[in-house]
Amino acid sequence: MDYNFHWQPVFRRLPELLLAALDTLQVAVLAIILGIILGLLLAVLKMNATGKLKPLNWFARSWIELARNTPVLLQLFFFGFGLGALGLHLSPFMIVLAALTFNCAGYLAENFRGGLQSIPETQLRAARSLGMSAPKAYYYILFPQVLRNVWHPLTNQIVWAVLMSSLGMLVGYQELAGSAQYFASRTYRIFEYFAVVAVIYYILVKLILALSRLVAWRIFRGQGGV
Amino acid sequence: MIEIKNLHKQFGNLEVLKGIDLTVNRGEVLSIIGASGSGKSTLLYCINGLESIQAGDITIDDIRVHDPKTDLNKLRQKLGMVFQQWNSFPHLTALENVALAPRIVKGKSKTEATEKAIEQLRHVGLESKINSYPSALSGGQQQRLAIARALAMEPEVMLFDEATSALDPELVGEVLDTMRMLASEGMTMICVTHEMSFARDVSDRVAYFHQGIMEEIGPPEQLFNNPQSAHTRNFLSKVR
Ligand SMILES: Nc1ncnc2c1ncn2[C@@H]1O[C@H](COP(=O)(O)OP(=O)(O)O)[C@@H](O)[C@H]1O
Ligand SMILES: [Mg+2]
Repeated sequence: MDYNFHWQPVFRRLPELLLAALDTLQVAVLAIILGIILGLLLAVLKMNATGKLKPLNWFARSWIELARNTPVLLQLFFFGFGLGALGLHLSPFMIVLAALTFNCAGYLAENFRGGLQSIPETQLRAARSLGMSAPKAYYYILFPQVLRNVWHPLTNQIVWAVLMSSLGMLVGYQELAGSAQYFASRTYRIFEYFAVVAVIYYILVKLILALSRLVAWRIFRGQGGV
Repeated sequence: MIEIKNLHKQFGNLEVLKGIDLTVNRGEVLSIIGASGSGKSTLLYCINGLESIQAGDITIDDIRVHDPKTDLNKLRQKLGMVFQQWNSFPHLTALENVALAPRIVKGKSKTEATEKAIEQLRHVGLESKINSYPSALSGGQQQRLAIARALAMEPEVMLFDEATSALDPELVGEVLDTMRMLASEGMTMICVTHEMSFARDVSDRVAYFHQGIMEEIGPPEQLFNNPQSAHTRNFLSKVR
């Protein structure tokens, strides 16, 4: 063990690392927002197997299956090298965003479906009996209850998105891990860079969990929390 | 005000209602009794269009419920419904449970909806629970909340589907009292019920359902003291 730790060069790069952490957050948050919208859509499509929606039902099922049962890394490579081979070249940011969104939507769809199915059917009947249209009943009565049911899995998915975005460095996206890799390769302070970056990831995740708990407390406290 | 003619309802091959003819007048209280599975709940769901029908006709003030052109969301504002399973909305306070539909369905302002909601909660004796969530209410209180929620839409008819069947015995009374109060205020009511004393004391008429057929209908004295059908006699001898 004749490795000497040099933290100084790493700390000098701290501002750049923190900026890169913002890139990480940005792509993760965007992926989650898109993932929630698409996940809701996929969940509804998966639950409706009849009539005109039938082809879409098949599409939704395939998406969910692939997203949940193949490695994220391969999903990332598909949007990067796979589409590239077909002549569609996305920017590194877009590759990461597309892959994370694809993955999150698949996972969230199953969470949303479970969350929706655990609400008694009588809730919908009661809402409709008051004259609410189906969209109003879903928006005001069912979705708020789904939100509570899926709060924990949703929080986990956000954490996952932040951590998985580090795979972005493999397709050239300079987020937190990617930047660390870049600086480390120039200074050979590999251990130091990745140690600091691990701490930054850790703090990010803890902040997300704390925020999630705070928001949950604000909106669910009357109902006995989540 | 409600007219049902030759109503047929099937679930797949199972015929649940086999030609029902029934007229309910404004201000009338009709109780429906009968064994479980005889189609009582299904009848109520057909009346407010929550279930489709296969043949016949239901009109409410001359509006045909099952006409595809009928705006069911509008029609349902005339028809309040209280279900057997208490289904207050668990994510809303008692006040919000009652004020929501008038606001988002009828387009009332928040202040007006809130005022009306408080009035209805007082009406059913829940004024002390305004800011409670349903999880903090007893079954009887939740059923009264469901009644207030339906009343806030200012319906012309109230449909009760065994509103007390899922309650602990000691909580049945408070809900029945609330229903009695509504009846005495002149509300038109159709009450599916297993509470024979309620049916006897409160109803103008009582109908007995047997395997999808309305076997007998008449004033309570007649139906309970002098039933015409052997099926009715048999049923009454079991529940008494
Ligand atoms: N959604 C449904 N699908 C299939 N069968 C149903 C459905 N709802 C009710 N039924 C059947 O219809 C019959 C009448 O049910 P219901 O109207 O609930 O009777 P009651 O309220 O008199 O107990 C029962 O045999 C029941 O199993
Ligand atoms: Mg029933």
